[in-house]
Amino acid sequence: MSDLPLTRPLTRESMASAAIRRGVLFYAETWIRYIRVYALSLGLVAVVQPLLYLVAMGVGLGALVRGDVAGVSYLRFVAPAIMVSTMTAAAMGEFSYNITGGFLWNKGFFAPNQTPIQPRQIAGGVIVACCLRFTIQCLIFWAMMVAFGAVDSALSLLSVPISLLCALAFGLPLMAYTAQMKREHGQLNLVQRFIVMPLSLFSGTYFLLETMPGYLQWIGWVSPIWHATQLARVVCFGLVEPGWLIVTHVAYLVALALLGWVLAMRFFERRLRD
Amino acid sequence: MTASPTVIHAADLMKVYGKLRAVDGINFEVREGESFGLLGPNGAGKSTTMRMIGGTLIRDGGTLEVLGLDPDKDGPLIRANLGVVPQQDYLDEELRVAENLTMYGRYFGLPYSYLRPKVAELLEFAKLTDRAKANVEELSGGMKRRLVIARGLINDPRILLLDEPTTGLDPQARHIVWDQLYRLKERGVTLIVTTHFMDEAEQLCERLIVMDNGQIKAEGRPMALIREYSTPEVLELRFGVGRNEELLPQLEGIGERHELLADRLLLYVRDGDAALSEVARRGITPLTSLVRRSSLEDVFLRLTGRSLIE
Repeated sequence: MSDLPLTRPLTRESMASAAIRRGVLFYAETWIRYIRVYALSLGLVAVVQPLLYLVAMGVGLGALVRGDVAGVSYLRFVAPAIMVSTMTAAAMGEFSYNITGGFLWNKGFFAPNQTPIQPRQIAGGVIVACCLRFTIQCLIFWAMMVAFGAVDSALSLLSVPISLLCALAFGLPLMAYTAQMKREHGQLNLVQRFIVMPLSLFSGTYFLLETMPGYLQWIGWVSPIWHATQLARVVCFGLVEPGWLIVTHVAYLVALALLGWVLAMRFFERRLRD
Repeated sequence: MTASPTVIHAADLMKVYGKLRAVDGINFEVREGESFGLLGPNGAGKSTTMRMIGGTLIRDGGTLEVLGLDPDKDGPLIRANLGVVPQQDYLDEELRVAENLTMYGRYFGLPYSYLRPKVAELLEFAKLTDRAKANVEELSGGMKRRLVIARGLINDPRILLLDEPTTGLDPQARHIVWDQLYRLKERGVTLIVTTHFMDEAEQLCERLIVMDNGQIKAEGRPMALIREYSTPEVLELRFGVGRNEELLPQLEGIGERHELLADRLLLYVRDGDAALSEVARRGITPLTSLVRRSSLEDVFLRLTGRSLIE
């Protein structure tokens, strides 16, 4: 140890500037390692879950649905919506307990915080790693839809970025909420039961939002799931939506994701600099 | 010693939480290669000061320069020069032992090709080579602490910040950690150590500040502080519950001063054995007695009227 055989390949200035430029990716590497530990179970979920849903809802429930919905078979109608809800559920998993853990349980955010990496880069690293996971999961889902004959156009591949956007529109505000929690007393369970569940039930996943009574339709309008579901239907089977509404869907999802992003950065910064 | 450049300079450094002045206008300097201590009880403001040095806590007042830079502005560059050994280990239990070092090295932008041999070298230094693939939770407290020190060295820091490096360790594990730190000191790494153990401060620190309630009570070399604020020896007497105070008048005139603690009476004397003979001559028989050299604990007691460990 007294005579170091190794020469550090970076000066201190270049270590600092590497962290300033690429700190997000450095932290994402750690998060990807966490995900890798669960790769097998996540992979199984990614493959088996769409399979179960597509069989149960598309084929099973679909057999009860007489005639077409929105001009297509029930399977084609419901498949893109299930993809969107599945990604929302995945976002619920990644952006809730893992964030609480980083601050309160295994305190994984505090070690990188002592290095040249900045708090907002830690938040960014989590997001980048999760996006990578979500993209893979979406692609698997899309491939299953192709295999079931639920989609057949190249345009339907756009459902992948749409689902990803939905995961962020839902996940980043959740991440911000979780990042400012000083304790976990079951709030996340409440979020799951009373926000995620109703949103997925009343977001026109299994039926068109218009079939709901007017006093329940607002839930869909608030829900990122409904906006993303409609977009996914447009690209998967050509659901007819007026142009202004398509723009509204995209704008709403982007706005939610941005709001969540800004708040999450702020709460990470506050939490790790206090 | 005086020729070494200043690496840390704090003037009127302040951190306030609501009404609590956690760090209340402190001034100190640390020179390159020095091992510098912050001694004080829990809540004295030591960890707060450490975090301000690393720029992970924004100060509320005063100036602070670390390697000539302002931690609030140049945090990343300062932290590229620092190794941090926090009080809570912050080891990643999702990662294995060696991975904890590798991923930490990545946060400095160090390439995997460099980190592979570097991690092996640091594991060797921490005597953890055979545990490279173990889960962190399988390690003992001492092993974890050695791993955290190794992790803090991944960027070859110029300054190593150690916050309570041996708290919670058994005596044997403490000595292994101390040995690790001596070796770093020999290599010229500047050590900044917070501790509430006087023996740790005496062992590790060439110079220290004694902190209490966010303020500096004294500063100097451990031996000089002991000479200045205490007598060479201390006679400790125990008379049993409640009786220590009762016997105090009969001990009048022995030693320069005394301290009455919950469980014992301390007499500050030049010659402990002579004082003990005088106690016996007066016909006073304590339950137990002990003659020892003065320590930093006595300095702290003198300065604050309180014990370091409460």
